[in-house]
Amino acid sequence: MAVLNVNGKSLQANADPRTPLLWVLRDTLGMTGTKYGCGIAQCGACTVHIDGVATRSCQVPLSAAASGKKIVTIEGLAQDGKLNKIQQAWLDNDVPQCGYCQSGMIMAATALLAAKPNPTDADIDAAMTNICRCGTYQQVREAIHAAAKA
Amino acid sequence: MTIQTSLGRRGFLASATAVAGGFSLGFSFPWASAEAADVQELNAWVVIHPDDKVVIRIARSEMGQGTLTGLAQLVAEELECDWSKVTTEYPTPGENVRRHRVWKNFSTGGSRGIRESNQYVREGGAIAREMLIAAAAAEWKVPAAECKAADSKVTHSSGKSATFGHLAAAAAKLEPPKEVKLKDPKDWKIAGKPLKRLDTLPKLKGEMIYGIDVRLPGMLVAAVHACPVHGGKLKSFDGAKVEKMPGVKKVLSVDNNAVVVVADTYWNAKTALEKVPVQWDVGKNGDVQQDQITAMLKEGLDATEAFVGNKAGDAKAAIDGAAKKVEAVYAFPWQSHANMEPMNATARFTPDKCEVWCGTQNGEAALAAAAEAAELPVAKCDVYKQMLGTGFGRRGRADYVRQAVLVAKQMPGTPIKLIWSREEDMTHGTYHPTTMCKLTGGLDKDGNLVGLHVRISGQSILAGLAPQNLQNGKDPGVFSALNAGGPESAFGYNVPNLLIDHAMRQPHLTPGFWRGVNTNQNAVYSECFIDELAEAAGQDPLAFRLKMLKPKYAAVLKATADKAGYGKPLPDGHFHGIAQIMGYGSYVAGVAEVSVSPDGVLKIHKITAGTDPGHVVNPAQVERQIAGSFVYGLSAALYGEITLKDGAVEQTNFDSYNVMRMDEMPRVEATLVPSGGFWGGVGEPTIAVAAPSVLNAIHKATGKRVRILPLMNQDLKKGA
Repeated sequence: MAVLNVNGKSLQANADPRTPLLWVLRDTLGMTGTKYGCGIAQCGACTVHIDGVATRSCQVPLSAAASGKKIVTIEGLAQDGKLNKIQQAWLDNDVPQCGYCQSGMIMAATALLAAKPNPTDADIDAAMTNICRCGTYQQVREAIHAAAKA
Repeated sequence: MTIQTSLGRRGFLASATAVAGGFSLGFSFPWASAEAADVQELNAWVVIHPDDKVVIRIARSEMGQGTLTGLAQLVAEELECDWSKVTTEYPTPGENVRRHRVWKNFSTGGSRGIRESNQYVREGGAIAREMLIAAAAAEWKVPAAECKAADSKVTHSSGKSATFGHLAAAAAKLEPPKEVKLKDPKDWKIAGKPLKRLDTLPKLKGEMIYGIDVRLPGMLVAAVHACPVHGGKLKSFDGAKVEKMPGVKKVLSVDNNAVVVVADTYWNAKTALEKVPVQWDVGKNGDVQQDQITAMLKEGLDATEAFVGNKAGDAKAAIDGAAKKVEAVYAFPWQSHANMEPMNATARFTPDKCEVWCGTQNGEAALAAAAEAAELPVAKCDVYKQMLGTGFGRRGRADYVRQAVLVAKQMPGTPIKLIWSREEDMTHGTYHPTTMCKLTGGLDKDGNLVGLHVRISGQSILAGLAPQNLQNGKDPGVFSALNAGGPESAFGYNVPNLLIDHAMRQPHLTPGFWRGVNTNQNAVYSECFIDELAEAAGQDPLAFRLKMLKPKYAAVLKATADKAGYGKPLPDGHFHGIAQIMGYGSYVAGVAEVSVSPDGVLKIHKITAGTDPGHVVNPAQVERQIAGSFVYGLSAALYGEITLKDGAVEQTNFDSYNVMRMDEMPRVEATLVPSGGFWGGVGEPTIAVAAPSVLNAIHKATGKRVRILPLMNQDLKKGA
């Protein structure tokens, strides 16, 4: 039985230590906000924060995630019901279309803003490698700039 | 807003199970408990709560395209309710059957969600409004003509007023009016406005439930692997080899062509599935190689037998007698939808009931597939639609629903969530059909196009998916954007002698509907070739088009070119390319601004896209559809290619099937020029001008004519 620190809570996860964190979150802990898109770290739909770093959870085995690391998922961004700056900018700019990739987008953008409070377009291009098939990239870029100004 | 899967009270006894299913999924039903008894259904589209909350029923599926919000705007506009009180819910396909298809068509494809249903959903809103007014007039004992509805209230000329919530119970008892007059769009206050989507908040908090997120008590998860060669069969498998692996509950097969492992979690199911020894009978398709497909399509370019799609005058004679003859051959590959959310469905089967939870573009097709797989009457089945992690035409097919039900049937009573891996999804798609096209044009001495022959060779979607719908063997869809007339997808150029025909060639790989399909390849063929003709005629591509284009086409192209500054100086090394078509009932045009470095690196700087869809229900969402359609269309143009080796798809995931990321996306500026009088679609039409506008700009930049997609296989280097 592994113990994970997810969104500030200590959670027990009964799964094979090789199981990717993505599937531990989704199937073992029932936290389905983190999405499966490719399983090979290409699409970014499964992005979570591990010790503050945007990480593709399909590539992190439970054994590596459980060793005292602080994991934050999309469900843990809002504090006391208040959206974080990126979520609020996403709401104000009406960013999502289908929304499936947006958990990963929001996690990546939140980490970007924490590292670079005023990102340039080039910073955004470099940090935001998530795939969106609806094609929300233009709104994502605008919302990141808006969040930086907020 | 939460998308709800249950229904109101009146006439909905059969939906009690759906409510139960909804609760177990953790959906929120703010009204279902305390207020349920007071909820009033005014008609199939409108339910009103005592606190004025309005529930608008949406039959079409939401997959990102914004139809859910747009349809709600249309109903709310006629209802005259307060937009802030609006929520939405999906009736189930089973309810639609039980209520004699009161919600009509559930199918969500071909950009038809709004254009096909706007009339009757608006009438639904208007009828409900008239009933509320009649209820108020009766209560006040005044003529209905002296009462008006606005902002969820009915007001009498004396100043008296009552809320919709107060009036709903009396209104629900009244006979609906036989006829209602719909508002003139120029008087719209809710429709036609750039309102925010209704379904955003749960998508920001990880709370939106997609098919893949469904969780039911006692549910198990299944991973599936079907024969890698389409049409192949399962010869044998050894489930005993993995039955002791962690979490594994059962190893089984479905339809004699796929192996399935059912386990406690997806990871355990997938891990075990990869270890199951399997023998396939790939059949004769297992010998098919990509170069054979190319040869098959090439042969069709000159075949004598072909279906005629559009004919005027005598194209062959006109071309033979022309002062100048131009000929070119183009090719368009198979492409994967690569939906963000891989195919999946959850099914629970018992001998007298079958229920399915899934994202689907066609709830009724999913219901039919579930009933057929379950071998139960439709009345004993239902489908609870979930949000789609994109659809693009792939989720109109219910093969994944069938598989889930066939697995659940072998484990009665246990809910089974069946998930396709990305690899399964990419190798078992229904692909954008592959075609080639030979175009021959004749110009007179003044550079006028006097004859044009467009010969398409290749795959028909209908022949692959629904051959019963062919018309004397012909697939009319193949001629999208090239048709002689009609409100859907007509060719825009006046050419005196014209022949557009199709030599159908059907390789074994399953074709399917795709965002913008058929208009996509036909726009590349016709709009790139028109550029070639303009060059041969020594004329500017815009001027050459405008002298032949019919008025609505010309107006959109002109407006788009003006907006882009076509013909005005561009930054050094930047070039414009243009394209236009009519598709899905709308007239669209695109101007691409690109540069190509001497070593062949393409940069798409900006796209200007114009559309005339007749009416615009939500300009903000239409602009997003247009921008998104270029991400999809340019991904396909740059990278989209599915190829075969030994009869099986070679590409398996985003590492071998690339798509556009943020750093490559050009700025897209949409220009909406609705001319009124008709209802066109918006999800798909503009995708078709993405590739040809860029290809035409590449020619300006490099002198090269790229005629074979995708672009990643072409060398744009100077001198190459």
